[in-house]
Amino acid sequence: MGDRITLQVARYRPEQESEATYDEFEVPCPKDWVVLDGLNHVKDRLDGTLAYRWSCRMGICGSCGMTVNGEPKLTCATFLSEYAPGPVRVEPLRNFPVIRDLIVDIGDFMRKLVRVKPWIVRQVEKPLSAGEYLQTPDELEEYKQFSMCINCMLCYAACPIYGLDPKFIGPAVIALAQRYNLDNRDQGAAARMEVLSEHEGIWGCTFVGECTKVCPKHVDPAGAIQRYKLSAAVDSMKSFFLPRGA
Amino acid sequence: MELGPRDRLSQAFVKELEKGRTVDTPYGHVVHLDLRHLGEKKINAKIPFVRELCMKYQNLDPVKDLIPVRPVVHYMMGGIHTDINGATPLPGLYAAGEAACVSINGANRLGSNSLPELLVFGARAGRAAAEYASRGLAINPRIIAQKTDEHRRLEHELLNKKGSERIATLRDEMQKSMETSSGIYRSGASLRNGMEEIRRLQERYVDVAIEDHSKTFNTERVSALELSCMLDVAETIVTAATRREESRGAHQRIDFPARDDKRYLAHSLVYRNADGSARVEYLPVTITRWPPAERVYGEAAPHGGPNHITGGTLSSGAGV
Repeated sequence: MGDRITLQVARYRPEQESEATYDEFEVPCPKDWVVLDGLNHVKDRLDGTLAYRWSCRMGICGSCGMTVNGEPKLTCATFLSEYAPGPVRVEPLRNFPVIRDLIVDIGDFMRKLVRVKPWIVRQVEKPLSAGEYLQTPDELEEYKQFSMCINCMLCYAACPIYGLDPKFIGPAVIALAQRYNLDNRDQGAAARMEVLSEHEGIWGCTFVGECTKVCPKHVDPAGAIQRYKLSAAVDSMKSFFLPRGA
Repeated sequence: MELGPRDRLSQAFVKELEKGRTVDTPYGHVVHLDLRHLGEKKINAKIPFVRELCMKYQNLDPVKDLIPVRPVVHYMMGGIHTDINGATPLPGLYAAGEAACVSINGANRLGSNSLPELLVFGARAGRAAAEYASRGLAINPRIIAQKTDEHRRLEHELLNKKGSERIATLRDEMQKSMETSSGIYRSGASLRNGMEEIRRLQERYVDVAIEDHSKTFNTERVSALELSCMLDVAETIVTAATRREESRGAHQRIDFPARDDKRYLAHSLVYRNADGSARVEYLPVTITRWPPAERVYGEAAPHGGPNHITGGTLSSGAGV
């Protein structure tokens, strides 16, 4: 419990400064403290003006993503002791505009997410009296991996394509589109195809694979993108050879 | 006991604490859950998420380490009084989910009911609120004046003020006091102490320090507002618990251990009087299919009857 570690925290206060600076704080470093515990210690005891997002502390809400020593991390699942003897540099997620301190503007991601209709689309909703939409364990397994996404945006921070071309729709959105495309209750794949096949859609990805490496939930967005490219290519071939639909 | 329902497990924890059989840690007293006898293979196959949770967020491995366990508050069964459309008695104000009290949970919410509640009543509240908003009602000028006043108050009290009390210190003390006075077991005496402590904290809150004067993403101001609301909610909880001289569900009074349907088969509604004090009124409970009954287990339960509740199973993830 006696161990301490230094946090170098990026500060950006748009009313006061035109670019980021760094503040240093010394915080306790017990075995079970994560980077987020360090930040909470700073805010509660040392400097109440530090701004960052967090909520659940257990990798469900996806709001505490930051850059820790250069890598995109969920700060609730990154132990301070991994970086002993320190220092630990904490910066906002890369590839997003910074609003203040460690808080980035997530508007671009949210707008892209809605475009692929990340919900179950039915042409005709069956009446309540007809009962539930049933699904076998195998049918669940088809998309389960992609349903683990918590929208933490670490994959966007890691994606070199998104970094160069912010129009790229990006890894998590494609993985989430696949989550619904592969769900046997869903009938929205064709509508999603229009969005995903655009220039900035899946074709933007050159399969760098960084998204899969940083994903804290093992969603494998890179795998989703490759799989979708294949099905999109097959569909476009089909429409070429069988223009009236097979 | 490890497989018992969580409220009974929490009550058992307090009994162990009172007997001095718990372990002191920086996070308070704990008991240990020992899964080591299961072995790595079984743990990976049956409860992989429990292991992942421990390893990723606590830096310990249940294959070889003991898991520290203690009861914590993780859900509010009471809340803003709403009907089944999320509408509150205040026209235009809607609430749903944990903030609301649509009264489906009674005195002891069943595990896994909070998410379905949110989905069902969130959708209903959203539709009802949209319908209300689209009626194009004229806005009462009194409300606009109130809004301006509130805005001015917040600017004055939160943006430009200098105080000496840290938000986190007051919040920690509130949490400790609520756990001691209104936690798993309550009594008239503990609740009286709790009320005194909450009043002291409310007075200290007037002098709360806000270092952050920025108008951009000011999370400290949000924390200060939250703390003020939490102190109000704390007062509400202590007030309603003091008046309820019985035990029911999660409300366990050691000085009144029996359920008293004659006096308290009712919802507690807490109001703020003009002089600032709190007032409790009661609303009758609508009984539909299951009348309240004794909660019994195993042999004592009528087989398959409404009171037959089997022990819970070890959850594979976080409780919801």
